[in-house]
Amino acid sequence: MNTQKEFGEPGYLDYKGRYKGLFSWIFSTDHKRIGLLYLFSILSLFAIGATLGLLMKFELIAPGKTIMGPQAYNAFFTLHGIVMIFAVVIPGLPAVFGNFLLPIMIGAKDVAFPKLNLFSWYLYVTGVVLVIISQFAGDGPPDTGWTFYAPYSFRTTGTMLPAVFGAFVLGFSSILTGLNFLVTIHRMRAPGMTWLKMPLFPWSLYATAWVQLLATPIIGITLLMVVAERTLHIGFFDPSLGGDPLLYQHLFWTYSHPAVYIMILPAMGAISEIITTFSHKTIFGYKFMVVSVLAIAFVGYFVWGHHMFTSGMSGTALYTFSLLTFLVAIPSAIKVFNWISTMHKGSIDLQTPFYWAIAFIFVFMIGGFSGLILGSLAANVHLHNTNFVVAHFHFIVFGGTGFAFFGAMHYWFPKITGKMYDKTWANIGLILFFIGFITLYGPMFYLGFKGMPRRYFDYDEVFHAGNIISTMGSWVLYSGLAIIIINLFASLKGGAKAPSDPWGGKTLEWTIPSPPPVENFTETPVVTKGPYDYKQV
Amino acid sequence: MYSTTATDASNFVSTFNTSFYFIAGISLLLLIGLTVIMLYFVFRYNNKKNKVAVQNEGNTRLEIIWTVIPILLAIAMFYYGWAGWKPMNKAPKDALKITSVARMWSFSFQYENGKQSPDLVIPVNTPVKLNLVSLDVIHSIFIPAFRVKSDMVPGREKMMWFLPQTVGDFDLYCSEYCGLRHSYMNATVKVLSNEDYTSWYADSSKVITATEESVPGAEGLKIMINQGCNACHSSDGTKIVGPSYMNLYGEKQVVIREGKEVTVTVDDEYIKRAINDPNSEIVKGYPKGLMQSYKATLSDDDISKIIEYMKSLNDK
Ligand code: HEC
Ligand code: HEM
Ligand SMILES: [Cu+2]
Ligand SMILES: [Cu+2]
Repeated sequence: MNTQKEFGEPGYLDYKGRYKGLFSWIFSTDHKRIGLLYLFSILSLFAIGATLGLLMKFELIAPGKTIMGPQAYNAFFTLHGIVMIFAVVIPGLPAVFGNFLLPIMIGAKDVAFPKLNLFSWYLYVTGVVLVIISQFAGDGPPDTGWTFYAPYSFRTTGTMLPAVFGAFVLGFSSILTGLNFLVTIHRMRAPGMTWLKMPLFPWSLYATAWVQLLATPIIGITLLMVVAERTLHIGFFDPSLGGDPLLYQHLFWTYSHPAVYIMILPAMGAISEIITTFSHKTIFGYKFMVVSVLAIAFVGYFVWGHHMFTSGMSGTALYTFSLLTFLVAIPSAIKVFNWISTMHKGSIDLQTPFYWAIAFIFVFMIGGFSGLILGSLAANVHLHNTNFVVAHFHFIVFGGTGFAFFGAMHYWFPKITGKMYDKTWANIGLILFFIGFITLYGPMFYLGFKGMPRRYFDYDEVFHAGNIISTMGSWVLYSGLAIIIINLFASLKGGAKAPSDPWGGKTLEWTIPSPPPVENFTETPVVTKGPYDYKQV
Repeated sequence: MYSTTATDASNFVSTFNTSFYFIAGISLLLLIGLTVIMLYFVFRYNNKKNKVAVQNEGNTRLEIIWTVIPILLAIAMFYYGWAGWKPMNKAPKDALKITSVARMWSFSFQYENGKQSPDLVIPVNTPVKLNLVSLDVIHSIFIPAFRVKSDMVPGREKMMWFLPQTVGDFDLYCSEYCGLRHSYMNATVKVLSNEDYTSWYADSSKVITATEESVPGAEGLKIMINQGCNACHSSDGTKIVGPSYMNLYGEKQVVIREGKEVTVTVDDEYIKRAINDPNSEIVKGYPKGLMQSYKATLSDDDISKIIEYMKSLNDK
């Protein structure tokens, strides 16, 4: 659809402002352009992280050295973890789709603080640059794992300071995005959009924003304490200076557990949008969906101790954390039940994003159930720090957030680019990706159950078979990934023009042209109905 | 070696199994059930078969049902986990006490009569209580066949106990990442019959590793195997983490002392300093702070034996 003719206003991609070329992007305060800046940065880093994962898996195809030594392997999983967690999945959905769609979905022209929004991206890039510097400066790349556990992080000769400081700066970027979204949602909803008329993706961003704002400062101060301890030798965490290593773990997980919810809540929001749209049916149990998102965000603050069951906490602490861990699973279960019920008696349009959504529900359930096993004290003692945990968190953060991210990418692709993607290739990519994913991480549950610890460069022969299958899975997954990305880029050029509402969606972004005009709405929309109003008129 | 089929390798295998299979079983049922329902809906209500969706905003009774039932299931799951874990927390009074010392990257087990061993040798059907000590960073002692694990935190008292129930050899791993050779930080748990254990324990030599007695300096080698020196030093010229012992004694070595490079001759005094106060002089090209002092564990006599062994590694 031609925005020019219809609205007499250029789409955000054609808009000619003060700057040209690259500068018209990196100096732009338009939330849509900033969303795309994040998209390209995150995709590039994801490619790096995924390639590191592929190489690690190749190393593990046989016991002993295959393609790299232990020092390189340790540096690889450290960089892989830092990149994937701090630079890919934490910003992931909020920074890309949140930035692009949040203002549109609530009928606003932009976020509350557009300049701060651009500044967050600058911080993000600065953080990434610091992490890259840590790879090349000093005596060698960091090798502590993404958790930077004390006191090992004070013993290692790897270059810690830039990496730790980089994670700190990335945290700030996340805090500012959260703050921006909170104010936007409180202040800038279109007339008539009461809280309970707000779609679920903005709701999930709202809950996420609180977590970003309240939990991230904890990791900030913790990482600064590590910097101070390494440079000034103040004994916070290192027992040889009188510090306490468990204090570090508490502080680290007080943030890093809620961070898992920063990753997964927006994913749940995006999945809710996709399922209603393609079922052509209003979401089942809207209010329960809203309450469960808020409940996860809230209870999620109080379960960090389940990362430390074998560290040496008191018995009371252990079973309290265990019980709370089981309870935090309930709202997630409620969401799964409501998603499936939404499909009931729907009129389901089997499009690629919908396939991503059902694949998401499947892998998310596996991730969640394995989480229950890990939450159980007796089982945790055996499974903690084994490959079982590695499988579990890849199922949740890669299976959950990753699948939702790709689902969202296909779902909003027509809106963002004004083009349709090629459906056949998109589906082929998805199938390969899914098969590869299960083959890659499925065997790791078994390996962990058999006792193979995580972060192991070398292993006993008993673990060989499982590792071979897992490595072969990584090749299939990688090919699927390549097809998905190439197809989307090819569709930018060759794809058919997208109409403003290709899927029959009901939320506000489908009422404006694709791609949206600079100001989003020519006239501020007035909301009178619920977000998913499919009633026939 | 390790097998999961030895269902009663320790007393904690069955409690682990109860809570693991209880949760895994319920989860599998739910996973299959929900997936089948979801796929059925996708086929049954696809827009070719079902042209018009029937709108339904929700059902509060259903919501309550699928909140309450999972809560009850979750509490049951929690209960089994807690019940299985509780006995781990309290070791029997009559347990055999062994101190387990971890350092980068080896374990050493110290018995009440002064015996030391790089492997954990224990009698069957006797409760064993390990007193856990780490000398440098956090390690974690993990015996998969026994379903037990505990972190070893420097500066913190910790213990772990279990009752071995089957004679045999089992793997023991370090499961908390501790640096370069983390994946090589292993040992074997040797569960012996009571008679075998008694005679092993009575053997008063400090070391048990079977190395050939005839090798010159064999006693020094035994001490070093015991102390885990070989995790970082080789005898054949390869560099692991620290310099190799081969052709070391009597040679010139460049070290960094108080920030300045000095050349020293490797003699008895130098080696003693290198072992008792490793960070006062750092061999050029090697990292500081990795090797810890052995002042508390090695006597002068032990060190002389080590030196004898090093001398035997010179080509000339
Ligand atoms: C965690 C690894 C590690 C362990 C365990 C270890 N060392 Fe070392 N050792 C090193 C490193 C690294 C150096 C070189 C840096 C230095 O001089 O401190 C070194 C240096 C030495 C040197 C000086 C070598 C030279 O070329 O001048 C001697 C002798 C030595 N170690 C003996 C021992 C003995 C004996 C043990 C066991 C009782 C032991 N080490 C245990 C890492 C280790
Ligand atoms: C592209 C496919 C991927 C592959 C092949 C892969 C593979 C691996 C491997 C082999 C490990 C090491 C396991 C061990 O320590 O034993 C690992 C660790 C890890 N992965 Fe991935 N991974 C992939 C994607 C992701 C994604 C998308 C995330 C997002 C969160 C992620 C997060 C992590 C984290 C946090 C660790 C732990 C690092 C550490 O131990 O410090 N990975 N991955
Ligand atoms: Cu260790
Ligand atoms: Cu280790």
